[in-house]
Amino acid sequence: MSIHDLELAFQDKIDNEIKIEPKDWMPEAYRKTNLRQISQHAHSEIVGMLPEGNWISRAPSLKRKAILIAKVQDEAGHGLYLYAAAETLGMSRDQLVEDLNSGKAKYSSIFNYPTLTWADMGAVGWLVDGAAILNQVMLCRTSYGPYARAMVRICKEESFHQRQGFESLLVLSKGTKEQREMCQDAINRWWWPSLMMFGPKDSESTNSDQSMKWKIKRKTNDELRQNFVDMIAEQIKLLGMTLPDPNLKWNENRKHYDFGEINWEEFWNVVKGNGPCNKQRLAARNKAHDEGAWVRAAAMAYAEKRKNKLKTKAA
Amino acid sequence: MNKSSNQLIDYTLYLGDCALILGQRNAEWCAHGPILEQDIAITNITLDVIGQSRNFYQYAAQLINAVENKNVTEDSLAYLRTERDFKNLLLCELPNGDWAQTVLRQFFFSTFQQLLFEKLKDGPDEHLSAIAVKSIKEINYHIKWSGEWVIRLGDGTEESHNRMINAVNNLWMYTGEFFIAADYENSDLILLKNKWLEKVKDIFDEATLTVPENVFMQTGGKTGNHTEYLGFVLSEMQSLQRTYPGAEW
Repeated sequence: MSIHDLELAFQDKIDNEIKIEPKDWMPEAYRKTNLRQISQHAHSEIVGMLPEGNWISRAPSLKRKAILIAKVQDEAGHGLYLYAAAETLGMSRDQLVEDLNSGKAKYSSIFNYPTLTWADMGAVGWLVDGAAILNQVMLCRTSYGPYARAMVRICKEESFHQRQGFESLLVLSKGTKEQREMCQDAINRWWWPSLMMFGPKDSESTNSDQSMKWKIKRKTNDELRQNFVDMIAEQIKLLGMTLPDPNLKWNENRKHYDFGEINWEEFWNVVKGNGPCNKQRLAARNKAHDEGAWVRAAAMAYAEKRKNKLKTKAA
Repeated sequence: MNKSSNQLIDYTLYLGDCALILGQRNAEWCAHGPILEQDIAITNITLDVIGQSRNFYQYAAQLINAVENKNVTEDSLAYLRTERDFKNLLLCELPNGDWAQTVLRQFFFSTFQQLLFEKLKDGPDEHLSAIAVKSIKEINYHIKWSGEWVIRLGDGTEESHNRMINAVNNLWMYTGEFFIAADYENSDLILLKNKWLEKVKDIFDEATLTVPENVFMQTGGKTGNHTEYLGFVLSEMQSLQRTYPGAEW
């Protein structure tokens, strides 16, 4: 078959909702786009452990401490499934990790914002995981089989995290004056960065059209962002808090909430590495990796010795 | 309050404190482990021991409230007692050091905990027995995991071997107090020592490590005489409860 015929057969599968599997023929650009997206997603899970891990030692009750630890651990697990999915596209885990640590690979910019108070644990769960879920629910139906299957598992846990985040804020919203202020302050700081999680506007997004055609994505950045605003604008009423956007208003004609303009200058700067914590996050990943080098080397050396011992015995 | 109920409360707090403080230390690895799979493994252990501490504190709170007509909770026990009130073993509060020190600390502690809980399981107190039965399943895994790491690092590379020797030198002096009974414990605690040493020797043999001899042992944790480290662990852990007294979280 010519490349052209292969491409036609490939698109035909996609159009008929047949999943693409690792051994199937696929256009190089499809492989690259998936690899980039899955690895970015994996890296986001791993870097995302840092801002939340930041509050484990200070969690204000034993129950909250256990919930937070379990949540950060879930993220490590998500990172593992996603690295495994990325490996099916031909890049080793070592290489993937190296690309993260060198700054070559990207991860979600949201994790370059700091977690300043305990209320941030609730706000991150509710807003950041809430935004992530909208994207991830869509990805459960993505065309690349291993990615779609990883997402099904991840979605179940993420929606649990979002409920926990909301519940934690609900307790603060009914608490003391200081707790209510802490709650509102966290929402104020996390709202706009959460909206940025959906990426550039459709009119500025370079990868969107092809990704839609290949059914890697099924909704555009702007559609997902609108879904998120509509969802949160309703949920916040239950908290008795407000969103920091004077232009947020129900539009009866569109049947959607209108909202203000995102600060795109900030968005692009954080993407380029100029966010409040970009340097700290990468430094923390590199430190863990570098300080773990001797541990990994020892584990390999020991495994090798064992193998040789077994061989000698067998001989 | 009579002497024996006081002793039972102190003993239950001692068991809870060991688990919580070790959990607090292990949790420092979360998101910073040497490899993702091991980050998950030590976090599992952290969750287990924090769960154990909650079981002990809930029971201690019940005992205290019954005799003193107070409103003590698991959280007031964890967050509102001070440095001299905590009764955990010194070993549990030591800094993590490197991965060698962390896995060795876990191995020493879990091996001791298993022997202690096997006795607790058959002891007269139903509550403690039930907690022990539940915990032993977890502890068996903790010993397997940490013991395998002690062997892997001891018999791995020259660097890992040296780091294990260093960890043994740092930690051994904190293992003596395991077996010295505080006034709230049974004096037959000493009988566990040989079994503990036997298990440690087995693993050390495989790890090509030597058991130190004639080491002067540090004591005091069980009676609230701690290292300088504990105050910082508690300040960090208790900061929100101290800053916002009476708030619900």
